Amino acid sequence: MSYLARVDVMLKPGISDPQGQTIEKALPVLGYGGVRGVRVGKRIQLEVDAASPDEARSKVEDMCERLLANPVIESYEVSIA
Amino acid sequence: MTPRVGIVVFPGSNCELDARDAFAALGAEPVMIWHAETSLDGVDIVILPGGFAHGDYLRTGALARFSPIMDAVRAHAEAGGIVLGICNGFQILCEAGLLPGALRKNAGLKFLCKWVTLRVDEADTPFTARARPGQELRIPINHFEGNWYVEPDVLAGLKANGQIVLRYADNPNGSLDDAAGICNEGRNVFGLMPHPERACDSLLGSADGVVLLGSLLDHVSNRTGVSV
Repeated sequence: MSYLARVDVMLKPGISDPQGQTIEKALPVLGYGGVRGVRVGKRIQLEVDAASPDEARSKVEDMCERLLANPVIESYEVSIA
Repeated sequence: MTPRVGIVVFPGSNCELDARDAFAALGAEPVMIWHAETSLDGVDIVILPGGFAHGDYLRTGALARFSPIMDAVRAHAEAGGIVLGICNGFQILCEAGLLPGALRKNAGLKFLCKWVTLRVDEADTPFTARARPGQELRIPINHFEGNWYVEPDVLAGLKANGQIVLRYADNPNGSLDDAAGICNEGRNVFGLMPHPERACDSLLGSADGVVLLGSLLDHVSNRTGVSV
């Protein structure tokens, strides 16, 4: 079976996010007030061959630990479809 | 015998010739080592130069750490050999776990290319032995991701061990604790964002980089009996 995996990688809470801060400062200029907590992350999409959704998840989580995310500054969430 | 300095060239490195010329001018023998090699050929010092290794895709340094040569670099470091990562090389050493922390985008989101003043806060290392404690060095920076971060408890340990070797006099990028250059616990692996290899001739604006690169050459010369 092939599973579609989505990985969302975000900077951990408390790690400053210059991209999010810049966007947050730009929004009021366009007239959007009342916006806080802008954080920018990335989504990585993969098609993974595996025998089961659990196996696909475990493979992708292993990839996250070794390559897709940097555990010092980033957290990740995996979803399998 | 002349100290042999291995300069690892990744696809996307772009400061390897600056490093080669700086070490050659200091009397060392530079050896260029392609990243797909698996042997360091017995060099005394390993340099990971600046640039954009593997395009810096995903994260800076994230892919370079899987280059075939990196097993040999790790073994050299674990045997106590000198490894220096400059700019992108520093980012690679952090991703490889040979140095603590990670490099984030600069605070203010600007690519920074300018001269900065560094302060030598640890003169008791092979990288800074020619400096006086507190000595200031003028060395250029040229990076977008130089905003070093490490968890607070790890930072406390690094400070206690004197591993924050160089600090910015005026922090340009948001780096934690003003850190510009750090070392590992064994004091043989060094990483810094500024480019000492571009400050090795007063014709280029400063020769302060010689203090750092020359210290490394002194170290391996004293250890092996080779002369510079």
